[in-house]
Amino acid sequence: MESYLFPFDSLICMLLGISFTVLFTLLLVFIIVPAIFGVSFGIRRLYMKSLIKLFEVSELMLSIISEEVWIIAKEPVSLEQEIQDMRRGGAEPEFDMSDIFYFCRRGVESIVDDEVTKRFTAEELESWNLLTRSNYNFHHISTRLTALWGVGVLIRYGFLLPLRVTLAFTGVGLLVVLTSIVGLFPNGRMKNYLSDKVHLMCYRICVRALTAIITYHDSENKPKNGGICVANHTSPIDVIILASDGCYAMVGQVHGGLMGVIQRAMVKACPHIWFERSEVKDRHLVAKRLSDHIADKSKLPILIFPEGTCINNTSVMMFKKGSFEIGCRVYPVAIKYDPRFGDAFWNSSKFGMVNYLLRMMSSWAIVCSVWYLPPMSRMEGEDAVQFANRVKAAIARKGGLADLLWDGGLKRGKVKEVFKEEQQKLYSKVLVGSSEDCSRS
Amino acid sequence: MGSRASSLLREEDIEEIKKQTGFSHSQITRLYSRFHSLDKGENGALSREDFQRIPELAINPLGDRIINAFFPEGEDQVNFRGFMRTLAHFRPVEDNEKNKDPTSGEPLNSRTNKLFFAFQLYDLDRDDKISRDELLQVLRMMVGVNISDEQLGSIADRTIQEADTNGDMCISFSEFTKVMPGKAIDITADLQNGA
Repeated sequence: MESYLFPFDSLICMLLGISFTVLFTLLLVFIIVPAIFGVSFGIRRLYMKSLIKLFEVSELMLSIISEEVWIIAKEPVSLEQEIQDMRRGGAEPEFDMSDIFYFCRRGVESIVDDEVTKRFTAEELESWNLLTRSNYNFHHISTRLTALWGVGVLIRYGFLLPLRVTLAFTGVGLLVVLTSIVGLFPNGRMKNYLSDKVHLMCYRICVRALTAIITYHDSENKPKNGGICVANHTSPIDVIILASDGCYAMVGQVHGGLMGVIQRAMVKACPHIWFERSEVKDRHLVAKRLSDHIADKSKLPILIFPEGTCINNTSVMMFKKGSFEIGCRVYPVAIKYDPRFGDAFWNSSKFGMVNYLLRMMSSWAIVCSVWYLPPMSRMEGEDAVQFANRVKAAIARKGGLADLLWDGGLKRGKVKEVFKEEQQKLYSKVLVGSSEDCSRS
Repeated sequence: MGSRASSLLREEDIEEIKKQTGFSHSQITRLYSRFHSLDKGENGALSREDFQRIPELAINPLGDRIINAFFPEGEDQVNFRGFMRTLAHFRPVEDNEKNKDPTSGEPLNSRTNKLFFAFQLYDLDRDDKISRDELLQVLRMMVGVNISDEQLGSIADRTIQEADTNGDMCISFSEFTKVMPGKAIDITADLQNGA
């Protein structure tokens, strides 16, 4: 009896398999072909609008208890002012046992909430976006909302994720293959033209692989040859987002494995700057290679992320001065992600690259805005650090991010002793008065 | 990460902490989230290194003393209860006694308890007296290398002279409370509720 069923089974399976494959291929073609030509049907924007409606609906369903706003009364008053206020009123520079309260209070305030450590974890959302990973203190989730979440899981993992992974492989594969082919051409205008087209096309496919919906502002300020493009860093995806709208020369360390293959292929088509691990420490070598590249006007603008590490897109941290010492035009770019659709921040201490990419591809979408700011150059009498801070402030202002002086390296390293010594010096002045010369300043 | 953190804190625990410390429900959950984010080892307790990872605390000249105040005598780990108990000292002083639990004695954020907290920052060996040496050590922490030994010594001597009433060249807790200006205590009250 079983033998009667077998032919039917296999026939049905075959039909299902074929129809599924055909549908899938049609979908891919539908997505890849526009990427090749740089046109868009606007499907992603439609998707984004429907997601926004979905979030509004879920917000109504979610009964949020209005949380008490947490206030730490932190006015930016100077150390001297606060200590004078605390004392009994005698204004002589002298020690008072209550001075300890100043340091005590500052210390406890920073334990409760500080400006730095929260930049290295994902930003918290005000309302739930139906992803388990962004569920913080949202309690009281009704059954309807859970059902909605369930549907979301099905769509994201069952349909979007496989589609995106296929697109990603296609994009990367094409990048490697096509850049290698272009590399066979002789150097010249033809090669540069082809290389640009190939790079753009493959990055556009990758953009679709992440369902990234990007809005570019002020494109008239796009970086030109012979300059450096600097941007705030949130994730490795920043590269894809910027490179799908313009052609850049990348800078980075040589990796092994798949990354290494991609790097070697890319550099065949157009000059990128890859450093060996040992060369990275040598600042003069790095500076020299960068300036050589910039001096050649036929080469593409260099893309650099001066923060040096990924920050969670709520702030811009200290820019390393290396790229600002070279003395060429700097094209600042601000990138701001919309966290409702998917959190793009790469917390490298928590997630490896593969894990991170999978999380990206199983979010709703990556929605971001890119602002091209007008180019800046170092002014007379300004040193590299001041220039870097000026650029940083411009980027922070445009992107609506907090401008911090702290070093992104604090993600992993300890803070330098010199900052503590500054505090000690300030307090000593209060004790003995600045007229007495008791310290070398 | 946040959702796991709040689910580990049970309602009974929150109620107990509320009674002991006077923090509100949402403040406790918020602080638990903070505790959890500082706890890199994810073992439910904070070590001294976890505190030192906060840059603003690491550059505080008295950072180590403040961190020490969180840890009970001889221990290297502080759990959430202990964390909240210490933070409770910094809540505003309440004039009305609605949070006062008659069996537990004074609330943690009373004037006396706040002063005792500060006293312990000076009293390094916890013998209930601030000796000249201890005062010098704390002063040295606050000024770094910017003031000479003699000057610091004379500052310490002057301070002890002013505060010491029973002539033992040390400052006891009662002597300490007398020299503290009233304003200073109110300044510790910086953890407030907003609307």
